[in-house]
Amino acid sequence: MKKKSENVVKWILIGISVVFFLLMLVWPLFEVIFRAVADGWETYSAALTADNTVSALQVTLIATVIALVVNTFFGVVAAWLVTKFDFRGKNVLSTLIDIPFSISPVIAGLAYIMTFGRSGWATPLIDKINELLGTDISLVFSVPGVVLATIFVTFPFISREIIPILHAQGKDEEEAASMMGASGFTIFRKITFPHIKWGLLYGMILCTARAFGEFGAVYAVSKARGKTFTLPLEIDALYMAGSSDSITQAFAVSSLLVGMAVIVLVFKNIVEYKAKKKEEE
Amino acid sequence: MYVELKNITKKFGDYEAAKNISFGIEQGRMAALLGPSGSGKTTILRMLAGLETQDSGDVIIEGKVVNDIPASERGIGFVFQNYALFRYMTVYDNIAFGLKVQKEDKNKIRERVMELISLVGLDGLEKRYPNQLSGGQRQRVAFARAIAPNPQLLLLDEPFAAIDAKVRKELRTWLKETIQKVGITSIFVTHDQDEAVEVADDIIIINQGNLEQIGSPVEIYKRPKTPFVAQFIGTSIVLDDLSGFKGFEEMEPGQKVIVRPEFVEAFKADNEKFKGLMHAVEEGVIEKIEFRGSYLELTLKVNGVSLTTNRSLERRSVAVGEKMCVLLYRVYAFDQSGAETHKNKLLKGIDVEKL
Repeated sequence: MKKKSENVVKWILIGISVVFFLLMLVWPLFEVIFRAVADGWETYSAALTADNTVSALQVTLIATVIALVVNTFFGVVAAWLVTKFDFRGKNVLSTLIDIPFSISPVIAGLAYIMTFGRSGWATPLIDKINELLGTDISLVFSVPGVVLATIFVTFPFISREIIPILHAQGKDEEEAASMMGASGFTIFRKITFPHIKWGLLYGMILCTARAFGEFGAVYAVSKARGKTFTLPLEIDALYMAGSSDSITQAFAVSSLLVGMAVIVLVFKNIVEYKAKKKEEE
Repeated sequence: MYVELKNITKKFGDYEAAKNISFGIEQGRMAALLGPSGSGKTTILRMLAGLETQDSGDVIIEGKVVNDIPASERGIGFVFQNYALFRYMTVYDNIAFGLKVQKEDKNKIRERVMELISLVGLDGLEKRYPNQLSGGQRQRVAFARAIAPNPQLLLLDEPFAAIDAKVRKELRTWLKETIQKVGITSIFVTHDQDEAVEVADDIIIINQGNLEQIGSPVEIYKRPKTPFVAQFIGTSIVLDDLSGFKGFEEMEPGQKVIVRPEFVEAFKADNEKFKGLMHAVEEGVIEKIEFRGSYLELTLKVNGVSLTTNRSLERRSVAVGEKMCVLLYRVYAFDQSGAETHKNKLLKGIDVEKL
């Protein structure tokens, strides 16, 4: 009897989940693909090779790669710091790491404008640097601004993935290695890194996925279509243009982003599978 | 003194892990830091190693103050409580780690590691990973890894705590023998008095950040300096009032005393051997008899208190409820200045143990 009622519950739960996912995820995504190719392959490929799209793809990739590199470095440093050292204000730092999770990305973007924009307090400093180096860097309404905004929103992903691993592992192995005279870098490379390897990779994948799709923060600091727009902004612009052609183009570009997301997802699953296998060994 | 602590104090917030601790260990000795959990013994060990820094006081190794020398340069081998083996390295790489860090010659490393692997009896297991080893094997790897770079001092934090009771005894003997063979000065932390008594040449007893006593196991057993030591080492019973006992009339009521099973003799009334001592005897009734393997532990009700004594299996058999003659011939009494042995006045210097 018990077995039977358990089965009923199981199937009801499965049914609810499947319907939910179909309705909320699968169907809308298929809609994207379907609408993208609704006007034929020629329109589709034309939309993908349009100058604005290519530029947006470039900006997206640049922002993602830089955010990934920067956040991998600082994420590991921050995680290492809060798990292996004791110092005053450790809890505050730990909370600060999470801020991008809780603050709306738009606010982050606006904050960057207030700091680095024309009237921001950091502008004189940047002007000075530009003067000295003979460059013309500006941090808002430009690609560097997009990069900064992307870094901000994706910052917690990597450190949050590896902090629990480092916590669980404790300090003993590192202490043992340091007692034997190993340098900090050797300890990280030989002792700590093998522990966090899979977690780090997983965090990097999440970071990438988030960087691809970021809209709010980037929207605040990027206003030049064809120059500083990322793929999500380009899609928004096409859709907002309102003509039936541009809406189809919006879906075509969307399908590109969906494709990139799927690739990341596949990577994520491979990493999860490998990490699990490693764990079982 | 080869290793010395001088007036070491250490606080973690409100918790005092070490209150003005001073002691020394001679070269080649094996010492145990013994105390209950939370007594500060592990902190003392970690300060010796340089893994913690004392608030004040000096750590001296081989006549040199090492306060400012980091852990990595003190030349100390350390065996962690849960061994802290490098999980992603083989047994071989674990043991070789310290030598590789010192950039030793490859062939020399190989030679030394293989020598150690056979010293700790793990031949053929060098390619295994730590999680493929038993607890005892892991401890052996941790030990080999700690002594691989030829440290001058070996520190072990609760080396047997993570091992099940069956293997523990065997490993204790093994570790003692191996350390003697290597001839390295060593200090280990333990909360287990049997372990300390069995393995160590010197025992340092720590309680609530205080050094209670230091000495050989026999010294500590025979002459405990504080109530804590008397209770912690060996089995003992604490009594509040001894004034009702013959031969102890002059002891004040409320004076705390400690009685060990060895201080109590129980015999049948017709026992010829104790004939001359009958004037000092109390009457007791056997409450409980427990078989302890090679002897019996008797609990007797005497003057309203329970005393225990050990009885050889060679002697006449006894039964629960049986009346016995009980002779209390010695107790430890404590006041502010320390422990004092009080002998039964009625025995007038007769040594019961030699009868």
